Amino acid sequence: MGKYFEMLMEDVRLKEGLTACMNCGVCTGVCPAAEFYNYDPRQIVNIVQGQDDDEIEQLLRSDTIWYCGECMSCRPRCPRGNTPGYVIQALRTLSQKTGLFVESEKGRQQLAIKRIVGEHILEKGYCISPKLVKPEAHPEQGPVWEWIYEHDEDVFTRFNPNYNRAGAGAVRRLDEQTLGEIREIFRVSGGQEMFDTIERHSERKAREMGYDGADDRYMSDVYRTNSGNHH
Amino acid sequence: MSMKRNSWKEYQKEIAEDHYYYARSCIRQNFFPGSEAAFLRILQENLSKDIFDDPRHTSCTGIGYHSDIVPLETIMTVVARQFSLMNAAGYENFASSCITSFGIYTEILETWNEFPETEERTRENLWKATKREFVKPKNLAHTSDIIFHFREEIARQAKYRLVNARTGEPLKGVEHIGCHYAKIFPKSGVGGAEFPYVLAGMIESWGGEVVDYPERRHCCGFGFRNYLVQANRGYSVANSQKKFESMAPYKPDFIVCNCPGCTMFLDKWQYTIAEMEGTTYGQDGIGIPVLTYEELAGLVLGYDPWDLGMQMHQVNVEPLLDKMGVRYDPEAKYLGKNGKFIGAPREAAVNCFSGERLYRIQR
Ligand code: SF4
Ligand code: SF4
Repeated sequence: MGKYFEMLMEDVRLKEGLTACMNCGVCTGVCPAAEFYNYDPRQIVNIVQGQDDDEIEQLLRSDTIWYCGECMSCRPRCPRGNTPGYVIQALRTLSQKTGLFVESEKGRQQLAIKRIVGEHILEKGYCISPKLVKPEAHPEQGPVWEWIYEHDEDVFTRFNPNYNRAGAGAVRRLDEQTLGEIREIFRVSGGQEMFDTIERHSERKAREMGYDGADDRYMSDVYRTNSGNHH
Repeated sequence: MSMKRNSWKEYQKEIAEDHYYYARSCIRQNFFPGSEAAFLRILQENLSKDIFDDPRHTSCTGIGYHSDIVPLETIMTVVARQFSLMNAAGYENFASSCITSFGIYTEILETWNEFPETEERTRENLWKATKREFVKPKNLAHTSDIIFHFREEIARQAKYRLVNARTGEPLKGVEHIGCHYAKIFPKSGVGGAEFPYVLAGMIESWGGEVVDYPERRHCCGFGFRNYLVQANRGYSVANSQKKFESMAPYKPDFIVCNCPGCTMFLDKWQYTIAEMEGTTYGQDGIGIPVLTYEELAGLVLGYDPWDLGMQMHQVNVEPLLDKMGVRYDPEAKYLGKNGKFIGAPREAAVNCFSGERLYRIQR
């Protein structure tokens, strides 16, 4: 048994998600990611159950583990009770802990998610809020969203007078004690450490790729680049 | 049909009768704040139930968790804090307004059960971070479970039905459950993973007809990182498109969704596809209105569509309102606070009849 497999086995999602795969491919048959990308959850589960460290390391460095949409459509269908989506979650966590995520285009995107969603959680207590969905970064949101974005105070206070203010209701401003508790939870339970790890490895990789560190230009490239080699 | 009926009955879940602790959803409050307001109003005013809207709860951080930047230990501790707030407020029935969160809560409760050391560690983390303790909820429901539970009472109070007011024919509804409602733990959802009945039950009780189509259970395509990162969004729109192509031949009058994310995607991707390819999936060359179940219940109960927040949809809902015979003021659609007109959004191809649309595109 290799060290990567041992590290994976420390994750309860791997214990829960993988017993014995019989390679039937039912998971791949229902998987929306397999339809869109060159991606085969059956193969991933098979590699992990093979426990070969070199092969697992290849996965941790690859785009492959980042294609899954974590929809969990595979979970109720596997005749052996496996959950390929959980196996993916364990692989992604390990890829970030070991810093190998920066070796693939899709893995490097974790920096963008950390900076957009992660920092927003610590700052506002929500994964998203209206001002985060900027129309220029979200053309698919359309003209109605542009209208809402521009008139957010008018639109939202119709449903909650406490919009962006203290009190209850949709998109209220959370109080300082609550935000302090959330930040402290991230500090003691490993969330902050994960954020710092993503930043540290991105900084190293950005320099290796010729950027002046994980700056705005790197962040923007990571967020937008699609080499088109994923199908 | 009879097979389906029997199958969903095997998965009847227990839903508390009263006294709920309400946990809002990042996505629902962001895109459908009127739906959350309507849910509280329906429970309090129409059903005389007690529900607590706590200003101190936060995001469950589920979007961060499912895009893998938030570790399992962290989300478990955030969830434990929500339970602790519920305890402090004197409630034991937890009602989640989000499918991602609902999936998170069910998964975490199961994991604590199966791997008790994870619950132990969560208790330690919560205490260290906040000096809080917690008791697990007695009952966990998604907010749609609660509307489903009282669907007959809502039908009794109905002002409108899901029936074409002109022809008397039932309106055809596509229901989209959202993967994390029952694919993670089938027993946690009404009807289980294969024959979820939570939304279909509402449609049937309120006079409509449920559309069965090949890709009914397919994911809307959110895929977390596959939408959050701009470079990956092709995944998201491609999966929604697969569903639209599959449902369009059945001529649905509306789509109703369980999950706020799915509601938003099925609405916005119709806009995108219409702009990019000139393709629309509804009748008369326009988009199919996409509703939350709160909006559907609200319309049935006679709530004003703009009080329900339906002006925030990209695909216009008026064709559905007209079919149902709902009385509404078109002039009031884009009013801001204090009733002042704040301008209207630009037109979009998805809302134009085909002839007009061709004209606009050529121009
Ligand atoms: S469905 Fe289950 S047994 Fe079949 S290939 Fe996938 S993980 Fe293996
Ligand atoms: S969770 Fe991932 S592997 Fe499983 S069906 Fe969804 S996209 Fe495919």
